[in-house]
Amino acid sequence: MTLITWNGQAQSQFLAVETAEALAAAEGPVIVPLALARAALDGRRNAPLGLLVANDASPDDIAPFFDKVELIAIAFPSFSDGRGLSLARKLRRAGFTGRLRASGPVIADQFADCLACGFDEVDLPEGVAARQPMEQWLKARSTVTSHYQTGYAHGASILEQRRAGRGGASS
Amino acid sequence: MYRYDEFDARFVRERVAEFAGQVARRLDGSLTEDEFKPLRLKNGLYLQLHAYMLRIAVPYGTLSSRQLRQLAHIAETYDKGYGHFTTRQNLQFNWPKLKDVPEILGLLADVEMHCIQTSGNCIRNVTADQFAGVAADEVEDPRPTAELIRQWSSLHPEFGWLPRKFKVAVTGAEHDRAAIKVHDLGLKLKRHPDTGEIGYEVVVGGGLGRTPMIGKVIRDFLPRAELLAYLEAVMRVYNSEGRRDNKFKARVKILVHEIGAEEFVRRVEEEYAKLDGPTVNAPVEEVERIAAYFAPPAYEALPSVSILLDQARAAAPALDAFVRQNAFPHRQPGYVALTVSLKPVGGVPGDMTADEMRAFADIAERYSFDELRVTHAQNLVLPHVRQDEVPEVFAALKAAGLATANAGLVTDIIACPGLDYCALATARSIPIAQEIAREFSDEAEQRDIGPLQIKISGCINACGHHHVGHIGILGLEKNGRENYQITLGGDATENAALGERLGPGIDAEAVPGAIRAIVSTYLERRQHGEAFIETVRRAGLDPFKTAFAEVIREAAE
Repeated sequence: MTLITWNGQAQSQFLAVETAEALAAAEGPVIVPLALARAALDGRRNAPLGLLVANDASPDDIAPFFDKVELIAIAFPSFSDGRGLSLARKLRRAGFTGRLRASGPVIADQFADCLACGFDEVDLPEGVAARQPMEQWLKARSTVTSHYQTGYAHGASILEQRRAGRGGASS
Repeated sequence: MYRYDEFDARFVRERVAEFAGQVARRLDGSLTEDEFKPLRLKNGLYLQLHAYMLRIAVPYGTLSSRQLRQLAHIAETYDKGYGHFTTRQNLQFNWPKLKDVPEILGLLADVEMHCIQTSGNCIRNVTADQFAGVAADEVEDPRPTAELIRQWSSLHPEFGWLPRKFKVAVTGAEHDRAAIKVHDLGLKLKRHPDTGEIGYEVVVGGGLGRTPMIGKVIRDFLPRAELLAYLEAVMRVYNSEGRRDNKFKARVKILVHEIGAEEFVRRVEEEYAKLDGPTVNAPVEEVERIAAYFAPPAYEALPSVSILLDQARAAAPALDAFVRQNAFPHRQPGYVALTVSLKPVGGVPGDMTADEMRAFADIAERYSFDELRVTHAQNLVLPHVRQDEVPEVFAALKAAGLATANAGLVTDIIACPGLDYCALATARSIPIAQEIAREFSDEAEQRDIGPLQIKISGCINACGHHHVGHIGILGLEKNGRENYQITLGGDATENAALGERLGPGIDAEAVPGAIRAIVSTYLERRQHGEAFIETVRRAGLDPFKTAFAEVIREAAE
């Protein structure tokens, strides 16, 4: 897996584990599926914990763990499935302030949208990463410099910039 | 009409650069074909039967003469000298080369145009009433709303990878010419019955395709200021919960149908209550800034009746017929809107050559405040013509071959590109439209038959809107032959209805005769000035089914 953040390539400290057995054997930071979250919290040490959630998971089921985990990874089964973008928005709105990761075969062309919807990083399978080197991700992040939508994490929207240009009148 | 500011201009340029980069990354292998496909579709680039097709956005169907001239230039330089206007008020070029596309996009950006989201699983180009700002029955011009939605939906970070495409239409009039009930989302501007405040009726879940449905009202009155936040709530529910297991069940209409309109409303309102509306909505100054671009042009104060035009009509039957058929009343005294038909008998519905575009651009510039409109019936409109000048306009249109006096008549046929161009088509559409037009080529007879909408689709995806044609024709493939199903009674207006099948499918050669039999049945049955669709509603399908069965029996003999 290749981890890409706003600044470029990074190393993931987290080991993905999928079963209770693997969890018991693992040392250091781990990412566990939502179903193992309780077990991981109850049975484990102080090492950082991450959650892997499906893109159709309910924010209500995830919210109880917000202040107990450092990272939430939302699975992207394919790049063309946009549910993870909406789930990221809902988790941010519900108050999650930790690291938010898009996990799956996202393409560089979606990087800016992922960041705007609240993700901090993308965890790519090797095939996609090999075809789309880091320069492409950094370029795709900043090709379109302004957006119309307000309330997303892509800087001041065009509507806000227009308003500032009018002298910041309130509405 | 709307003009780009520095932000809009830079945004479109950056989108061109982004797409040029995507093409380059496809060519160097960074993107697989599967990855590139949705990226090119979101920029209007299809791979068709014989070549690429580029669909250019004409937001809410409004164009300037300068823009139309640029389209003529592109048609001549990069295509085969013509373009095709679509049922969603856009323009398609059928023969561009992939390598030329970034350059074409640059030429479009030069005249404040683009191809953003004319295809793909995203919020598509927004459509509106072609008589916006003209019609007397209008509560408010729908174009400022459509422009606001165009901006808000462009490269939306959250809603670019929806389960399926999402089409929005806006009308500000009582009589619905934008077909809002057969769109994924339709907006109707209205006044609050008590306060008089302007807001929207919101309709969701209409659509044609293989599962046609009439949309449901999900909000009787949405205050104008809350539009974008409410749309965000609708889109978030659809993006999160629309079906992704089967592309034929992925439109929002299926979600609304499966969980029920009431439950859909509950989920939207629940989401709407959670989101921070004031952050999302456009500030009132922004709404006013956009609206100012759509202020009425500098009309002259004129008498409501033009004696000059009346005299000219009395002297020239062809002019009289044109005005009677193609003129639409204007709210401004002394003016009229003229529909300019792109349906000459024997022509391809919606096609326009570069020469015609230039001639028409000159006419619009000189006689219609430099503005023209595209209709969802694949025609054009000169929105603001002085009645006194109609005879001159008619002469200029005639010289350009654009004076066909058939707006709304039996030969004003909507047809998708069909098997002549489209990779999805199962049958031809254009030749069927041409044969029907020849069958009814007599102008006096067309006028006698009166308003009658024939809509033809060359496959089940229904791009020709056959479900809502007064007469609908659906071309399928059966045992290696083209086979056409005929439906009756469809309607795309505020009285939206889906047509019903008259009987078994028929061969291409039998279609004009079948339409003739249906029309004859109407002429026999109509009462005191009833239009075709009114007779169908009153008399029901049975007499038409009988006539249709007779056609089939004769064909079998």
